[in-house]
Amino acid sequence: MSKYTEDDLREELKTKEYEYGFFTDIESETFPIGLNEDIVRAISKKKEEPEWMTEWRLDAFKVWKEMTEPEWANVHYKKPNFQAIAYYSAPVAVDPNKTLDDVDPDLLAMYKKLGISVDEQKKMNNVAMDIVVDSVSVATTFKKTLSEKGIIFMSISEAIKEHPELVRKYIGTIVPTKDNFYAALNSAVFSDGSFCYIPKGVKCPMELSTYFRINQGGTGQFERTLLIADEGSYVSYLEGCTAPSRDENQLHAAVVELIAMDDAEIKYSTVQNWYPGNAEGKGGVYNFVTKRGLCEKNAKISWTQVETGSAVTWKYPSCILKGDNSVGEFYSIAVTNNYQQADTGTKMIHLGKNTKSTIISKGISAGKSQNSYRGLVQIGSRADNARNFSQCDSLLMGNECGAHTFPYIEAKNKSAMIEHEATTSKIGEDQIFYCNQRGIDTEKAIALIVNGFSKDVLNKLPMEFAVEAQKLLEISLEGSVG
Amino acid sequence: MLKINNLHASIEDKAILKGINLEVKAGEVHAIMGPNGSGKSTLASVIAGKEEYEVTEGNILLEGEDIDELAAEERAHKGVFLSFQYPVEIPGVSVTNFMKTAINETRKAKGLEDMPAKDMLKMIREKSELLEIDRKFLSRSLNEGFSGGEKKRNEIFQMAMLEPKLAILDETDSGLDIDALRIVANGVNKLKSKDNAVIVITHYQRLLDHIVPDFVHVLYNGKIVKSGGKELAHELEAKGYDWIKEEVDA
Repeated sequence: MSKYTEDDLREELKTKEYEYGFFTDIESETFPIGLNEDIVRAISKKKEEPEWMTEWRLDAFKVWKEMTEPEWANVHYKKPNFQAIAYYSAPVAVDPNKTLDDVDPDLLAMYKKLGISVDEQKKMNNVAMDIVVDSVSVATTFKKTLSEKGIIFMSISEAIKEHPELVRKYIGTIVPTKDNFYAALNSAVFSDGSFCYIPKGVKCPMELSTYFRINQGGTGQFERTLLIADEGSYVSYLEGCTAPSRDENQLHAAVVELIAMDDAEIKYSTVQNWYPGNAEGKGGVYNFVTKRGLCEKNAKISWTQVETGSAVTWKYPSCILKGDNSVGEFYSIAVTNNYQQADTGTKMIHLGKNTKSTIISKGISAGKSQNSYRGLVQIGSRADNARNFSQCDSLLMGNECGAHTFPYIEAKNKSAMIEHEATTSKIGEDQIFYCNQRGIDTEKAIALIVNGFSKDVLNKLPMEFAVEAQKLLEISLEGSVG
Repeated sequence: MLKINNLHASIEDKAILKGINLEVKAGEVHAIMGPNGSGKSTLASVIAGKEEYEVTEGNILLEGEDIDELAAEERAHKGVFLSFQYPVEIPGVSVTNFMKTAINETRKAKGLEDMPAKDMLKMIREKSELLEIDRKFLSRSLNEGFSGGEKKRNEIFQMAMLEPKLAILDETDSGLDIDALRIVANGVNKLKSKDNAVIVITHYQRLLDHIVPDFVHVLYNGKIVKSGGKELAHELEAKGYDWIKEEVDA
């Protein structure tokens, strides 16, 4: 009888290289390594920013210098040397008037390899993309269709120049510069990112999407995203990442701020697939992200994330439910394999009356990985009739991985109703054999079981993203039979 | 169809099957009976290719081909089907999705394209009617929260969908009430043809009133100790297994 042993699996895992692990040689202009006031000024100058922005960055830098890295998360890694990182890298010769046809052919080839043909996206997917490659946006599409509705969708660098009043009014209001170590760092040195404004009463006619990508060796990535949905508007925003293979650890510290004004709705979906490191736990991206949204009256923010990449993930997309009747949702699938570590979850801060939040977290651990859910549900004293439902499910594959759940609840209002459910299960040999007996091989069986486990969250993703996410789950867990 | 020669199998160095010889021809129904712990379910698992069992001697031929080296899914592709005694739950995977995956994986192994959705739907409709299955049932998570009877009916529904050459029904009657038993047995009878074969593993005569066997074998202590026609099942029902044990142990 043919046997597929643990050893076979281990061998297969070792030889399985990161799908998107290649490096495209594009001429880049990189600043000297290290961080000081001059570098912060230089970044700001390079981007031709107004004085207020430069000052804002410098203030953030001062705050950051006084802060220390947080250590409360259930992750263990060698701390990055922040003076050994280059804080700015841009593909050279960016011309704002340039069209897609003028884009570096190497870059376009790279997108193809990733399956992100911009042309195809343009024609077929009805998705406007603001592509961030190494810090600077080089292509923006669908701008015209959007501008007809008064929607502003551009890189944040452009927005600082073209809509300074909006950026200045809202940047740092949801995630203050001193919020945490990484947010402060990002505020000082953010390279680029996306800006989006949906005017009053406008339903954005298409899914807005960005693809982030780390390319230049040793370059930190510090994206900054600011999304404002004015009263009664609606937008669905997709964010997906892949990163090329690299040996030294790469730092990624993004900040995302969402503002949903009265009666507005924001759906923010992420597929994160940064390089997770190799089978021995060498390399991989450090992903320290601060994502937060504010809901005014009757507003709704929905975070959906599929996290399969990064060596270390530290990420808690949160909702501040300030307005009465506002709704916050968090749907998450986090997959860890080999030596990956993820500490992820959400914070639901209920301030308004009749506020509601839902948390569904699905953690899948394989190999020697550690996967933690950390969530806070906070009910303020004036938040009458607040409701929360949390469900945290963990699926284990093999005997060497770990799943952890850290739910925190702080309720200061007696009318609050908070429910928490948690399960832990393991993919069993009996389940695999049952599938095998029906003609389904072991790899496919695991994909089927994992997809079933993740279904509640996958269903929340926009259709085309859900298919991609399903594939990612399969790729991430290939060969990791328990 | 199936020929088993001097089959010895063990799990964790404990010998369970100690020299099984059995031949099942196309168009035949064989019943395997025997007391608890005699090795009935092990025999089913070994034929289906469960990895935990090690074949230490002998072989299994399916249509003349030695299947010893084949993985469980490859045996399934060749038409071996096992109706499980304890079907497992797979949360979040609907019966329909599971069947679609199973059928298309089998087709893929044979170099065929996926079954067109239209054909799949038609087949699901026909087979669910055959087993008197409510369509709502098909969208439920596989075996999750199913009653004992629903689980078994679902097994036979899968058998109907996969159209195996050799179907092994492992204690399909356990947990069934009399109506469910009739439905399941009718289903099996309708699926029976001159080109396929069925092995029914059971403790009791009652299933064999509905699915009438051509041959009855008694398994005891890892060996087939007695074979006969359907009247043997009646004799066992009347007299129990003790007389056989005495015969063998004497």
